[in-house]
Amino acid sequence: MGVEVVAISTDSRFSHKIWQEEELSKMVDGGVPFPLLSDAGGRVGTVYGVYDEDAGVDIRGRFIIDPDFNIRAMEVLTPEVGRNVSELIRQVKAFQHVVETGEVTPSGWQPGKPTLTPGPDLAGKVWKEWKPEMAFD
Amino acid sequence: MEKKDGCVKPSKGVIQTEETKSAAEPVQNGKETQKMLAKVGKPAPDFELSAFFEGGFKNVRLSDHKGKWIVVCFYPGDFTFV
Repeated sequence: MGVEVVAISTDSRFSHKIWQEEELSKMVDGGVPFPLLSDAGGRVGTVYGVYDEDAGVDIRGRFIIDPDFNIRAMEVLTPEVGRNVSELIRQVKAFQHVVETGEVTPSGWQPGKPTLTPGPDLAGKVWKEWKPEMAFD
Repeated sequence: MEKKDGCVKPSKGVIQTEETKSAAEPVQNGKETQKMLAKVGKPAPDFELSAFFEGGFKNVRLSDHKGKWIVVCFYPGDFTFV
């Protein structure tokens, strides 16, 4: 998919080093293959809308940025619930597909499922092309 | 030449462009306050932060990846549970 990943928390780079070496490397062989960035003071988290001033940390937020450097998608969760990585991958694939083809991906689209091509001929005829059950896996 | 790493390593943090500067809130108590600038369909706010990667410390600037698809993940802290 050719995606660059960066992970950011308010921890120091020293904490990142020990976390990678002592814990992450036991979950992922060789450690996670992306940089761990240190957002001391939440300066960056503030402009991304994820800095919790009461707790002094960046909460769980993720952003998909396209090659033109525009934000395509964002998801922000309070910390107790982890992410759905499959959904992240699906969204990246969907955005890559629409940029490449000019087609659009209906609800529940997965790679290989039908896409839609917007235009006058499709107006009012989506019901022929797409059924609600296609919104689910 | 980059300065030798020490206890403290400055990074640029949020990198202001003319566009984002005008979006910052007016100066209050002599200090410019930032507000959320990230919006879907709009340019990503650029930043540079210190990082740990491939066994060493270095500063990473988001716009160095311009031209590629990028995923930015914020998380509450190292050694947290989820």
